[in-house]
Amino acid sequence: MNKNNLILYSGILIFGLAAPFLFPAFKVQLSILCVLIVLATTWNIQGGEMGYNSFGNILFYGLGMYLCASVQVGMFFPLAEWTESGGEKTFVHTPAQFFQGMAVGLVVAAIVPTIIAGLIGYSILGLRGHYFAICTLGLGVAAGEISGGIEIIGAGQGFTTPPFPDVGSLEARGEFFYFLSLFTLILTFIAVRSIYSTRFKLILNAIRDNEDKAEAMGIETMKYKIIGWMISAFFCGLAGGIMGGLVGYIDSTDVAFDGREMGVFMVLMAILGGKGTLWGPIIGATIFHIFKEGFWTFFLGWQYVALGVLIVVIVIYFPEGIMGWLREKYPERFGEVVDEKDRKAQVELK
Amino acid sequence: MDFMVFQYPMITVQACLDGILLGILFALIAYGMALQWGVMNIINIAQGDLVILGGYIAYFMYLYGIHPAWGVIVAPVIMYFLGVLIYKLVINKVVDRDLFISILATFGISILFMQLMNFAFGADVVLANSDYGTTMLFNNNVVLPNSKLFSAFISILFAICLVIYMKKSKLGRAIRATAQNARAAKILGVDTEKVYAATFGINAALCGVAGALISITFTIHPYMGLPYTIRSFMIVIVAGLGNLPGVAMSGMGLGVFEEFADYILGTEFRIGSVFLLLVLILVYRRFKLSRKREYLK
Repeated sequence: MNKNNLILYSGILIFGLAAPFLFPAFKVQLSILCVLIVLATTWNIQGGEMGYNSFGNILFYGLGMYLCASVQVGMFFPLAEWTESGGEKTFVHTPAQFFQGMAVGLVVAAIVPTIIAGLIGYSILGLRGHYFAICTLGLGVAAGEISGGIEIIGAGQGFTTPPFPDVGSLEARGEFFYFLSLFTLILTFIAVRSIYSTRFKLILNAIRDNEDKAEAMGIETMKYKIIGWMISAFFCGLAGGIMGGLVGYIDSTDVAFDGREMGVFMVLMAILGGKGTLWGPIIGATIFHIFKEGFWTFFLGWQYVALGVLIVVIVIYFPEGIMGWLREKYPERFGEVVDEKDRKAQVELK
Repeated sequence: MDFMVFQYPMITVQACLDGILLGILFALIAYGMALQWGVMNIINIAQGDLVILGGYIAYFMYLYGIHPAWGVIVAPVIMYFLGVLIYKLVINKVVDRDLFISILATFGISILFMQLMNFAFGADVVLANSDYGTTMLFNNNVVLPNSKLFSAFISILFAICLVIYMKKSKLGRAIRATAQNARAAKILGVDTEKVYAATFGINAALCGVAGALISITFTIHPYMGLPYTIRSFMIVIVAGLGNLPGVAMSGMGLGVFEEFADYILGTEFRIGSVFLLLVLILVYRRFKLSRKREYLK
């Protein structure tokens, strides 16, 4: 790690730690931003590096959300009665119970989706191209529809997650969730960064560029595809668990398995920033979130119209994303050596 | 879980009949899907939303006192021009790009349409009442609304007309040529741009017909589009591109499956079972293909 990087990382880290105290009114927004970055970055492992454009990571996100909340409640109280009471304060978590439940819940929320990804990976990841995209889209929607019919997790009326316990300070809830999501973000970033500096990333890129050739070269592509998906599932589940606690209310199709919103957002953010790069999804998610929170209120009810137009515009005119555009403009910064003659020839061609 | 369906044969008959009549409509939508998939290599996620929009055209006519059955004539005309417009604005920029780009772009269109319809027509479940009455069969044990018979008849009529049109007309020949080999067709003087626009328009028109029929026989709702897309996609993969009898058969099969899922699992799992079936079919197909690949090795 060279000196510039060190300054950059420590600068971002200090900003991240100081942010809730600098902007106390935006704590929830900042936590959501952290979760969005985690989702976009992990989507990028498949969509960007592996070339498997998944709409189905929302499955792990929603699963993590339901699992975390169910464990948190189920450890101390009967789950069925909790969901039936629909958020009435019949049962109250003490602070110790809440944090214990959250800790165990997050572990379960991360592990179970990973296992599920490993189990279904062999069947699903054998599909190629658009079949994979549509299949994962179907998985996400099916999960939403089915979880909307299961009584014990609230069915159609939703699931209220345990309210944050009274620990004396009004700011505690926001700070707790902010630092939890920041910690997840840092964990994700370290994991993804270290993955991207190994041979594993090269294998993923080989799968993206030509899977049959990669297989012919002796790479067990299926194994690596499944591992890649499991890594994504792990962090998506974790992010989902945190988001469930943050939102405070889980609905099967509008919050957890929200393919129309979160499922598309993660794809869109990664594409906006530039897929197949480390920083692309992070930049994309930040810009997207600022845009969304800044302008959503002006559209007032027209958000989805704006979202639809935004998707079409980004996809058609900006498929390479911000990082791709930068790379084209300043290739030297990305460590690519460009011959002066080549550049002149390219300019002339344009 | 409810297994009454096996104890009372009349319910089975009812489910089968309903399923077949519903499946004919699915097959009509899937035919449009197969057409644009085969010709332009595009999977249109907004397919279902075009269907619902067609339904709203018929519903709108019903609101203004015109019999909704006329929607079968009016909806495809409007939808054809809308389809050409969508093609000119969006699709022609993604035709020869990565397939995922087209999926995402049409997903954007789908979200856009969903919300615009929600604004224009409200989020209520509506239906256009056709007053066709019902037919009772088998000692009044099986109820058959005449509107369903009407819709099946019209769908078959449109499908037959379209097949003849594709076989005989100049544009139909151009479309088939482009589907076989777009470059060769271009060299031989086919204006592929025009063919693509017409294909997308015809697809939208078919969706319009199906939508109008759905609004007469069933109900429509702004957010109900995606299941129709998934159904038509599923039918096309089961039948294969360009296999018209296959599309009809698998459409009916899907309809019957759905009716039985509705009876056995309960209505709340109906859409979920459709999506699960899609996943299962794709996985089955994947294992079948991989066995073939190993055999070739």
